[in-house]
Amino acid sequence: MSRYRVAVHISPRQGILDPQGRTVADALHSLGFASVRDVHVGRHIVVELEAGDIATAEGSMREMCERLLANPVTEDFEIASVEAT
Amino acid sequence: MKFGIVTFPGSNCDYDAYQAVVDQLGERAVYLWHKDHDLQESDVIILPGGFSYGDYLRAGAIARFSPIMQDVLAFAKRGGPVLAICNGFQIACEAGLLPGALLRNAGLKYIGEWVNLRVETTDTMFTNRYELGAILRIPIAHGEGRYTADEKTLDTLDGDGRVVFRYAGGPGDADEWWSPNGSMRAIAGIVNETGNVLGMMPHPERAVDVLLSSDDGLALFESMLARVAV
Repeated sequence: MSRYRVAVHISPRQGILDPQGRTVADALHSLGFASVRDVHVGRHIVVELEAGDIATAEGSMREMCERLLANPVTEDFEIASVEAT
Repeated sequence: MKFGIVTFPGSNCDYDAYQAVVDQLGERAVYLWHKDHDLQESDVIILPGGFSYGDYLRAGAIARFSPIMQDVLAFAKRGGPVLAICNGFQIACEAGLLPGALLRNAGLKYIGEWVNLRVETTDTMFTNRYELGAILRIPIAHGEGRYTADEKTLDTLDGDGRVVFRYAGGPGDADEWWSPNGSMRAIAGIVNETGNVLGMMPHPERAVDVLLSSDDGLALFESMLARVAV
């Protein structure tokens, strides 16, 4: 078994009202970043785990997202990185 | 009738519910500890408001894995009545007892105020003592109460008469959908497919005495007395 550090990005699903993202976008516009079209505020979660190989580590993380870390009704997730540590 | 009120770490409306049941309704109530597996032969389970597990990750997301919740899920599956209020509603959605999710209020702020609710159906074990279309004064107190679901789910809820309460303006403009938190279709409370689980963001247990501004919530508890076999 090796130890892996797996990171995941969880963000509000496209099309669902994201008032936090909209508020941040408004603030960026106030700062002069006129090019900003949209902002999505989500979560970044890093899990350190033991696994036989990198694919198993990613597979476990995927299952953790589906069952707890992300809400399947309103959020999408994306594995950002898997590193052996 | 015996009400079992679950206390999670961070629950803060468990005593309000207890007081509503025992002092106002004159029935029995017991607290159920989140680490136990014993529903103490309760006839009704109340998942009370609060901030279970600090609302870590998402409101209600951790509480659903409490030992007692496995028993509550089995109880609900057998048709046992469950009243899920505020954080309890969030927990019920996370646990899959009710469809949809409760997201951060559209205005991003916690809201604690009295609202008007319109009774959308009296054909439930929770609302048979109300008049259809009645406007109730009941308080809300939440930061994450924006009911959200996909269109298909919303159509099913509406089509099957499972939307129990909607936020409304006053009695004069009760047909206008109005929601303080951005809830889709102004939904404030829904029941599951079998009608034995009610989830609602407003707090009926805080509106059981005219001394505290309103007793409009009392009939919800009386409805259960009328319908639930003991």
